[in-house]
Amino acid sequence: MTFVDWISAPVNWVFTIIGLVVIFSGFRVVTSRNIVHAALYLVGALGGTAGLFLMLSAEFVAWVLVLVYIGAVIVLFLFGIMITRAPTGLDESLNSDHTALPALLASGFFLMMSWASIDAFGTQVIDSTGEPVPTEIIGESLFGRFVIPFEVVSFVLLAALIGGITLARRDLSPAEEEERSAV
Amino acid sequence: MSWPEFGIIAFRVVVTFVLLLVVTVINVWAERKILADMQSRIGPSRAGPWGILQTVADGLKLFFKESVIPRKVELGMYLLAPFLAIIPAFLIFMMVPWGKPFMIGDHEVALQGADLNIGLLFILAMSSMAVYGVVLAGWSSGSKYPLLGAVRATAQAISYEAAMGLAMVAVVVFTATQGEGGTLSMAEIVERQTGTWGDISPVLSFVPRWNLFPQFVAFVIFLVAIVAETNRAPFDLVEAEQELVGGFHTEYSGMRFAMFFLAEYVNIFSMSAIAATLFLGGWAGPTFEGSLPGLISGSLPTIYFLIKTYAIVFIFFWLRATLPRLRYDQLMTLGWKRLIPAALTWLVISTVAIGFRQFGAPWS
Repeated sequence: MTFVDWISAPVNWVFTIIGLVVIFSGFRVVTSRNIVHAALYLVGALGGTAGLFLMLSAEFVAWVLVLVYIGAVIVLFLFGIMITRAPTGLDESLNSDHTALPALLASGFFLMMSWASIDAFGTQVIDSTGEPVPTEIIGESLFGRFVIPFEVVSFVLLAALIGGITLARRDLSPAEEEERSAV
Repeated sequence: MSWPEFGIIAFRVVVTFVLLLVVTVINVWAERKILADMQSRIGPSRAGPWGILQTVADGLKLFFKESVIPRKVELGMYLLAPFLAIIPAFLIFMMVPWGKPFMIGDHEVALQGADLNIGLLFILAMSSMAVYGVVLAGWSSGSKYPLLGAVRATAQAISYEAAMGLAMVAVVVFTATQGEGGTLSMAEIVERQTGTWGDISPVLSFVPRWNLFPQFVAFVIFLVAIVAETNRAPFDLVEAEQELVGGFHTEYSGMRFAMFFLAEYVNIFSMSAIAATLFLGGWAGPTFEGSLPGLISGSLPTIYFLIKTYAIVFIFFWLRATLPRLRYDQLMTLGWKRLIPAALTWLVISTVAIGFRQFGAPWS
């Protein structure tokens, strides 16, 4: 297939546009000097990714992405920013000078993922009929074939939760304890 | 896609949108009238009969009012925030089936904006998006009261969304036993609540097959959660006048303020409609097909839907007239220490009970 053939299909325009939005947003997340803007660019990147899943008729995955990441994780980021500093202007200290190692790590990760997906799927084309994938199939594979990884992930999340509480919690002195229980 | 199909989709979306706008205008008036009645006042009475045109008059006033933009705002976000508040509010209602599907020729017309396979998930996703309007409005205003309102809104939305989602899950699990396989589609959930409980016991043959009866606990949790999600009294700390001036929309005026106001009332109606759909059977009800003229029996489901939804909208207004505002720590305690454990416990109880009915006891 030549490039002209590829680009003349409307599906590929949409893919290109969404892809560019995701790349641009991802780039701005790390370069933006305003922390709230950075969080919002992350919303753009995740929204674009949800759009790509919608293009593959994976409705369930797309809306779960919106619900969990855009609707909860980034809202928590914003909440954290607002109860700590709530900066409204630019913050020069936001960008680190140490760019070489993260860039290396990121491109290494990118190469690894590209190699893994090309090796696994090659030129195979996903046969998208336009019919949404039934949620039942996702449920069956999640709680059937992938039940062990699923449980491992939930265990890791539980560990992170307990770790978070342990780090944030400060044991109260007896006097403070009394004061707390009086209220 | 052929032209008639395209026409039907356009018709569905436009009619749903117009219905939502009309009921919202009526709701604003109805709230003032009901509150007035509960406080032995008269309420709006000058514009039109019983003051029914009061909302239109207020809307026109806001439309012509100057939209002041304070100097310290973050302009892009400040202008975007009202739209982020109102768009999810409208999209949520698009998922609600508000009437029985009917046939024109050989095309079926569903009275619903769109029937997604994952309708309930879409509703949850959109209601979690709604908080962005509030957060960005508060942050971009460059003023402390809106910011405090936005912080409160974020914490509240996250806390009560979990309970709301868990209550929905209990309903989804129960609905899966009422037909062939599980479903997240709103139309299908209503479809499975038609008829009565007569098959369980003849005594119950006059009790409608609503999820309300087997899932009453989930209904109560859902009701509390939607009142908190829409930031209504007694959970209206987001816009507590005595503490925060106007809360997140302090720096907004004119048309931009009107959009936040409209979003709030659209959300009340959408959330009530979802509660009515999940627990009260949506449009389900006796239509007397055959013994009544077709037009009447065809529009009865829509009337049932509106009656059920307004019963819940009335609870919203009633709560506002009755309960004082919660203190912030009480709000968080109720959300995290009462509502979420209650929802989780109910989910386990209800799922175990359903499992027993479906598959029998594990030891047998």
